[in-house]
Amino acid sequence: MAEDYVLELEHIRKEYPGVVALKDVTLQLRRGEILGLIGENGAGKSTLIKCCSGAVIPTSGKIRIKKEKDGEVKEFTRMTPQLASENGIAIIYQEFNNVGELSAAENMFLGRPILKKNGIVIDRKAMEAEAAKAFEQLNIKINPRTLVKNLSVGYQQMVEIAKAIQQNAQVLIMDEPSAPLTTNEVESMFKVVELLKSRGVSIIYISHRLEEIFRLSDRIEVIRDGEYVDTLITDKDPATIPHQVDDLIKLMVGREMTQKYPPREPCIRNDEVVLELQHVYGNGDEDISFQIHAGEVLGLGGLVGAGRTEIAEVIFGAKPKESGKIIFMGKEINPKSPRAAIDHGIALLPEDRKRHGALLTNSIKNNISMPIYERISKATVINSKLEYSIAAGYKEDIQIKCPSIHQLVKNLSGGNQQKVILAKWLAAQSKLIIFDEPTRGIDVGAKFEIYKLINDLVEDGVAVLMISSEMEELIGMSDRIIVLAENKIMGELQKDEFNADTIMSYASGVIPENKKEAS
Amino acid sequence: MKALKQNAIWLVFIIEIAIFAYFNPRFLSLPNIVNISRQVSYYGIASIGMTFVILIAGIDLSIGSIIALVNVVCAYLMMNMGWNMWLAIIISIAMAILIGILNGWMVASIGIPAIIATFASQTIFRGCAYLLSGGLPIPDLLRYAPEAGLNGNPTLGFFARWTLNRWEIFKAMGDIGLIPICAIIMVLCFAVGSFILNKSYFGRYFYAIGGNEEASELSGIRVNRMKYLIYALSGFFAGLAGIVLLSRSGSAQSTAAIGFEFEVITCVVLGGVSVAGGIGRMSGVIAGVLIIGSLKSGMIMMNVSEYTQMVVQGLVLAVAVGVDCFSKKRQAS
Repeated sequence: MAEDYVLELEHIRKEYPGVVALKDVTLQLRRGEILGLIGENGAGKSTLIKCCSGAVIPTSGKIRIKKEKDGEVKEFTRMTPQLASENGIAIIYQEFNNVGELSAAENMFLGRPILKKNGIVIDRKAMEAEAAKAFEQLNIKINPRTLVKNLSVGYQQMVEIAKAIQQNAQVLIMDEPSAPLTTNEVESMFKVVELLKSRGVSIIYISHRLEEIFRLSDRIEVIRDGEYVDTLITDKDPATIPHQVDDLIKLMVGREMTQKYPPREPCIRNDEVVLELQHVYGNGDEDISFQIHAGEVLGLGGLVGAGRTEIAEVIFGAKPKESGKIIFMGKEINPKSPRAAIDHGIALLPEDRKRHGALLTNSIKNNISMPIYERISKATVINSKLEYSIAAGYKEDIQIKCPSIHQLVKNLSGGNQQKVILAKWLAAQSKLIIFDEPTRGIDVGAKFEIYKLINDLVEDGVAVLMISSEMEELIGMSDRIIVLAENKIMGELQKDEFNADTIMSYASGVIPENKKEAS
Repeated sequence: MKALKQNAIWLVFIIEIAIFAYFNPRFLSLPNIVNISRQVSYYGIASIGMTFVILIAGIDLSIGSIIALVNVVCAYLMMNMGWNMWLAIIISIAMAILIGILNGWMVASIGIPAIIATFASQTIFRGCAYLLSGGLPIPDLLRYAPEAGLNGNPTLGFFARWTLNRWEIFKAMGDIGLIPICAIIMVLCFAVGSFILNKSYFGRYFYAIGGNEEASELSGIRVNRMKYLIYALSGFFAGLAGIVLLSRSGSAQSTAAIGFEFEVITCVVLGGVSVAGGIGRMSGVIAGVLIIGSLKSGMIMMNVSEYTQMVVQGLVLAVAVGVDCFSKKRQAS
C-alpha cells in the first residue's frame, strides 16, 4: 500500500451459477475522501458492496483494510458481517435495518446493548446518553427515546449513520442514500456526509444522481458490466460539469448518448378518445376528469402522495371506484379487477417493479405470457410453441438483454425487468398503457431505451398515461400534462406551456400567476 | 450440475433402498415392493393436492380429518343407508371437495391465515366424523352387499349390477396381476398432477402466486379463484386418498389418519417444494413419497419401534426443510 488507502478491493470477481456478476473490479479508497461509485443498474455496484459487508462471498480477489490506530494492514479473501464491523466498515443500505417499534437509542445498540453492572439488565439511560452524544456529533436533533417508526425517513437514515459512527466506522458505504429522501432531507444528509469527511471518515457514495456525485465526491469510479472502467478526479468547477457528465455517461454506458429524450413525430389522433374519466371519485381521489387520445402521452405530474398512483389503480381495476364514469374506447366500463381491465385493453406498469410488477421467481417467458395464458391455451393446455415464440419475439423486438427467455426475472437489471413487464402488456395487446414512474431506479442507458419504446407505442396508436416525479422526464416525454395536488386535478398544460415552475406551483396546490386570468 | 441438484433426491432414495436391502435382503423382494406401493398410495395421492397448496405458500392441515370423514360417510352410506358403492364414493368425494372449497373461502375471501383456517376445519370435521360414527368403527365392509344398492336406487341399477361382481374392489382394492389397483390410482393421480403443473396454465398461475401474490393479481391472475381451486383440489385428492384407505382397511374408523397431514407435508417438503412457495416439482414429490414410504416399511422390517419411527420422521422433516432453507441462504450470498 503505497498510498494512504484505508480500503482496497483487488480484482474482485463473483460468479453465480450461469452469471458473472463481477468480472474484475478494483477499488481504492483513500483516507478521508468521498469516492463516488457509479455504473448502470446491473453493473455490479450492489454486489461489490455486499462483498465488503460479507453478505456476498467473492469467488476470487482480495480485500485489504488498513487499521486506523496502528496502520496495520489486514488482507482478506472474504468478509463476514462480524469482520466488517470489527474492521470499521459500515454500510447504509437502501432499505434500512431499523426496528420501528424500538427507540432510536435502542436501535443504535441493537445486538450489543450496554448492560448495567450486574450484567443482565439493559442500561437504558447509558444507551440514551451515548446515542444523544452521537447525534450531537452529527449536529442532528433526534430524541433518543423516539420510536424509530415515528421518525421521518431522513431521520431514520441518520439513526443508521449515527449507529455506524458510534461503532467507530472508518469506512462508510452508502448505497443510493438520497433515493428515499425529500429535497430538504437530502440537504441535511449532505451536511452530515461532509461533516464525517472532515473528521477523517472515508466514504463510498453510490448514486444514480450525477449532480450529487459532483457535489460530494473527490474522485469518481465508474464500473460497467462488472468491470472496472476508470476513476476520475472530480472537478467542481460548475463550467466543466456538463462536460464531465457527458464523459461519465459515456463511460457508464460505453456508447455516446446524443439526446436524453428521443425525438417523436406528433402522432396524436385527436378524434380517437381512448379513455375518458368523468368526475371519478375513489381510492382517495376526488372529481378526476380527463381524456387521453390514441397516440398521446399524457403526463401526470404532482408530488408524491398527490393521488396519481391512486387514480391509476382505479382505472386498472385494482381499487374500486366510488362514483363517476370511466369511458374506454367509447363504452362505459367498470373494471372490478385487474383481469377485467386487462381484458378491456388496459395495462399498468407499477411504480414498485419488484413488488407489484415483475414475478421475480418466474422466467421471462412466463412473465410475458402471464396475462394471455388463457388465450394461448386450448382446454387449459398451453400451446407451448406459441408461448415460446411470443416471448422470444418480444425479447428481440424490445431487446431484453438475457442469455435465454428461461432465465428468472430476478436475475435481470431494473431496465430489463421493466422491459419484461412492458412485453407482457404488449402481448396482451393493450390499448392504454399506464406507466407509473417508468424509469425509477433505471440507469441512464436503459432509460433512453424505455423512452424510445414509449415513442414506438404511441406511434402505433397506443395511448400512454405516464406518472412521473421527474420534472425533466415529464416535460421531455409528454404531449400534455395534468398536475394533481391533494387528490384533485390542479391544472392542465399544453405542450407549448410546459414549464417546470408552472408545474411545480400547481403541484404545490397554487395556481400560478400567468394562469389565474385564464381560469 | 443443475440436473444433479434437481435429481439429488432420487440419489437419496437409491441410497436408502441400498441400505435397507443390505440389512434385510427381503426388503427388495417382490411381495414387499408390492406392499410398499400399496402403503404409499394413499399419502402419495394426498400429496398432490398438498403440493399445490404449499406451492402457493399455503398449508392444508385438514386432510387427515377429511380422510376420516370420507371413510365414515362412505361406509355409513353403504352399510347403514344401503347405497350403491359408486354413488357413496362419489358423494363422499364431493363432500371432500366442498370442505376444500370451505377452506378456500376462509383463506381467500375471509383472509384467515391458511394454517389457522385449515386447523379449524381439521378440528371441525374430525368432530363430525366422531359424531356420525359415534366414535365406533363401521366394520365389516367386506360383508357389504351391493344388492342393497340395487334396491335402494333402482335408477342406478346398471352401476349396481356392474359392481355386483366387482365389489371386491373393497377387498384391498384388489390387484391387477401383481400391481395393486390403489398404486395404479396413485400413478394416474401423479400423471394428472404433473399435467396440471407443467402443461396447463393453472400450473403457471400456481408458481406465479407462490412467488408474489400481489404481482400475480396485477398480471391478471384471479388469485382468489385460484385459491378456491387449489384448496378444492386438495380436498379432492384427500377424499380420493380416503377411499383408498377405506378399501385397504375394510372398516371405517373415525380415528383414521390422525397426524396424516404432517406425513404428507414431510413427503412434499422432502421432495423439494419450498414452504415459502413458488418452487417445487412433481417429480421431486414422487421421490419424497417413495422415500418416506420405504423408510416406514424398512423400519418396520428392521423392528424399529413405532416411537422411534416418529423420532426419525420428525428428523426427516426438519432436515428436509433445513436443506431447503440452507441452500436458499447460500444462494443469497
